[in-house]
Amino acid sequence: MAQPFRLSRGGRIDRTRPIVFAFNGKPVHGFAGDTVASALLANGIHLVGRSFKYHRPRGILSHGPDEPSALLSVDRGPGRIDPNNRASVVEARSGLRTTSQNHWPSLEFDVGAVNDLLSPVFVAGFYYKTFMWPRKFWDKVYEPFIRAAAGLGKAPTVADPDRYANRHAHCDVLVVGAGPAGLAAALAAARTGKRVILADEGAEPGGSLLHDTTSQIDGRPAADWLAETLAELDARENVILLPRTTAFGYYNHNHVAMTERVTDHLTSAAGQAPRERLWQVRAEQVVLAGGAHERPLVFADNDRPGILLAESVRVFLNRYGVAPGRRLVFATCGASAYQAALDARAAGLDVTLVDLRLEADCGPELAQLRSAGAEVLTGHTVIGSKGRKRVTGLVVAPVGSDGRCGGRRLLACDCVGMSGGWTPAVHLFSQSRGKLRYDDAIDAFVPNISAQAERSAGAARGTYDLAACVNEGFSAGAAAAGSDERQEVRATPTLTGFQPVRIMPTDANPTKVRAFVDYQNDVTAKDIKLAVREGFQSIEHVKRYTTTGMATDQGKTSNMNALGIVAGQLDKALPAVGTTTFRPPYTPVTFGALVGPARHALFDPIRTTPIHEWAEAHGALFENVALWRRAWYFPKAGEDLHAAVARECKAVREGVGIFDASTLGKIEIVGRDAAEFMNRLYINPWTKLAPGRCRYGLMLKEDGYILDDGVVARVSDECFHVTTTTGGAARVLAHMEDYLQTEWPELEVFLTSTTEQWAVIALQGPKARDVIAPLVDGIDLSPEAFPHMAMRSGTICGVPTRLFRVSFTGELGFEINVPSDHARAVWEAVFAAGRAHGITPYGTETMHVLRAEKGYIIVGQETDGTVTPDDVGMAGMIPKAKGDFVGKRSLARPDVVASGRKQLVGLMTDDPKLVLDEGAQIVADTGQPIPMRMLGHVTSSYWSANCGRSIALALVEGGRERAGGHLHVTTPDGFTRVTVCEPVFFDTKGERINA
Amino acid sequence: MLLIACPHCGKRPETEFRCGGQAHIARPADPMTVDDGAWSEHLFVRANPKGVHAERWCHVHGCGRWFNALRDTISDRFIETYPMGAKPTQFPQSETRA
Repeated sequence: MAQPFRLSRGGRIDRTRPIVFAFNGKPVHGFAGDTVASALLANGIHLVGRSFKYHRPRGILSHGPDEPSALLSVDRGPGRIDPNNRASVVEARSGLRTTSQNHWPSLEFDVGAVNDLLSPVFVAGFYYKTFMWPRKFWDKVYEPFIRAAAGLGKAPTVADPDRYANRHAHCDVLVVGAGPAGLAAALAAARTGKRVILADEGAEPGGSLLHDTTSQIDGRPAADWLAETLAELDARENVILLPRTTAFGYYNHNHVAMTERVTDHLTSAAGQAPRERLWQVRAEQVVLAGGAHERPLVFADNDRPGILLAESVRVFLNRYGVAPGRRLVFATCGASAYQAALDARAAGLDVTLVDLRLEADCGPELAQLRSAGAEVLTGHTVIGSKGRKRVTGLVVAPVGSDGRCGGRRLLACDCVGMSGGWTPAVHLFSQSRGKLRYDDAIDAFVPNISAQAERSAGAARGTYDLAACVNEGFSAGAAAAGSDERQEVRATPTLTGFQPVRIMPTDANPTKVRAFVDYQNDVTAKDIKLAVREGFQSIEHVKRYTTTGMATDQGKTSNMNALGIVAGQLDKALPAVGTTTFRPPYTPVTFGALVGPARHALFDPIRTTPIHEWAEAHGALFENVALWRRAWYFPKAGEDLHAAVARECKAVREGVGIFDASTLGKIEIVGRDAAEFMNRLYINPWTKLAPGRCRYGLMLKEDGYILDDGVVARVSDECFHVTTTTGGAARVLAHMEDYLQTEWPELEVFLTSTTEQWAVIALQGPKARDVIAPLVDGIDLSPEAFPHMAMRSGTICGVPTRLFRVSFTGELGFEINVPSDHARAVWEAVFAAGRAHGITPYGTETMHVLRAEKGYIIVGQETDGTVTPDDVGMAGMIPKAKGDFVGKRSLARPDVVASGRKQLVGLMTDDPKLVLDEGAQIVADTGQPIPMRMLGHVTSSYWSANCGRSIALALVEGGRERAGGHLHVTTPDGFTRVTVCEPVFFDTKGERINA
Repeated sequence: MLLIACPHCGKRPETEFRCGGQAHIARPADPMTVDDGAWSEHLFVRANPKGVHAERWCHVHGCGRWFNALRDTISDRFIETYPMGAKPTQFPQSETRA
């Protein structure tokens, strides 16, 4: 319970609720309200990780989301290990196990630290320069080495056991950030009665007010204003206040994505609460009040543990009651660090402040701090730091107006608070595609021209004074809610203003100095200068070459320093260099939050037919067809795919097979103009098709290529029962709707998808009629009364049916359409009736083989979006006298009527046992030089048990003219010779179908 | 994600819609009388303006109806949505084809 660096009083922690968690296996004590970072510091632990590239000892730099260095792996229990968490934002609680990263064998002794000694080698562009040659080294040497060295933290190895929720919300005003400006904005908007959502990434709303112990608002402590404001917002029913919620992405039309961390801070997760909730908010207006980030100073060895940002020192002191050290040195080029120094003095700590600014350039803060008893060295630079795993001193020197440094002085210390000025957090504004403007007065890019209905307020637009933040926030909130209400609070003046410095002046050899700009990716000022010397001028190129700003913190602390150094090297003004692009997410987002409930069965939902469970119970294996899961084949004991399919194929041709065709797309086309509509969409004629008759329909796109096919039955004069391919159903309906609504709105036609309403039981084989005869009522099944390509309505097993006499096998066949709810019962009745006839269930594989034996095409297998009716030998279906239909004009396009198009043919291999590969290429002459001239490819290829040999369909250039000739097809073992034939292999006269 | 005002249902998120490309391209009344050049133009050539663009959209996961929209391709702002067969009120027709 030691916590030697815990102050005796102060802070917003709950000292009555002690907690303990583990860091690298050792217990760390703290209090409820601590972050992991504040608890570590309370215990004097600064060394928390090793840097990415050089494995340098690193500590805690910041108190917030901009932390680049203190990245821990957090273990919340079995399966709940999460790498790369910022210690500064993880709420400490009992039971957490945290571990440092990127070291071996231990944090204290890390072999990888040898990289630091080799740092002259690892300059900017090291990878590009080094891993160039020899070529053969890449696979075996370079890539394994880079992969081992790359990446930070270890990915979890088991599935995430947590649940994640997803919520859509609408509001009039979304306020991002609950600091002084955001709170005031929410208050002003809420008072108009509009619906307000206020989101803040912190555990507690309040922003800077949570650690501002000295300011007053309207004569009372700022904390009182915070409490009253929160109480009013909380009491209003039109306000949703979301703490622990990060707005990470700002998308089109005020669509803002946020993650709410619901349970990570709880010792035992409450009931069924999700771990995180993804909020997708659609706001009429957005107020961005995300605050600002402090810049580090760039000097030699500015990355030692114990060197923090000055404002972060203040946060640890005031909000968490933790002294990050006992002898503090502040280094700054501006006023805000003086407030941190004053607060440290007030906490009884030993304070020295080093200010690069000359005495005359300082404001009232100088006298304030001196009168508080601290030594202040103005006009001094920081040369470097001492120590290794913890800072022990800061080397400073006076610097003249000519930039020359005077005599060095070592300031012994155990903590440094540095401040290089402030950068407004314009990330979300930039994501919204707003345009930035460089404001010279505060050396920062600020929001300028909005692209969406949003406005920024407070530090996020470069306003740093407390009263100004509150008043600006209030106005912004009111304006967002359509009101011009204003509020003028008075507050203690904030210490603001700084003189920007890119690199601290030094008397050291600039080629030896290692001053870090990007802590997370280990990029030094020297690296950036080198990149510019090597010719990189665009900031986007410098970024990628040096990797500055490309780590998971996206350069929140480093970007402005990097920009400034590039501008200085190029001798350009900073705005002329511009900024890199801000992209979502603002801070890292868990995959869980993005995926939400869409996992496992919900990730990619599947569709099943009413027969699915029967097929499962009868041992079917399944294949995916579009979203459907279809029975593929029904193996008996000891059978593999080939044996089962061979048996099923013979059973259908010799007896009877039963097949679940429910996935067929079905569309009911009804209305006065139904036949005319059909005429315009299909190549076939429909006007004279009698009710009760069927026709195979082929549908083209306007470009003349085959879109879909299927059997169509005319139910009545004004009603067609259309079937489509399984995968094409939605596409065909959309295609029909498009033409109906946009080209021919005058037609009176109604389109209804009935795919799910009708289940289809296909009964195929010479004994099919015998099987169903006892079950069917009201339909004369005789061949004369019910010929091939007819449809009758009646009942089967007492269930209403549209009974089709159709065949996709070339055998006598029926497709029994019944309402889906009755399908399982009918299926089982038919199956029971079929037992006496040796009925065999078959799957999609057998269906494919049987139709290929007959040369029936499958759209999407024999066609690929560039195939015309003539290419597959179906041009004869188009009546000469038929008027316009979709695609007709394109059939006269020059390239469609040209000779030499690929045409559907059959192929027979010289070796009847050899089954060709689908997709295999076809050539005429194997002796020709490479690259050879490809004539086409194999589209379907199977072993045909009924033919006793392999069969194949193919698209071949000028294929029909090649009938009887030889071609050569690629196989894994080289070419094999084939003979071109008609694309029909079984019952070539087509007599069986009319049985 | 875009927010699109379906003329029949009101504002809905982009995921409920399907874009059908450039609007106001009328299918020739008798395509067989159109020469090859004009037909290929009709089939394949589309405008790709930087600025205001008239597009077809279908509220496919809503009312299922097609409508037209004027969208600024620079800002992604929808200037107007209007039913099939109607003309936009806020933008001169001359900037769209046919």
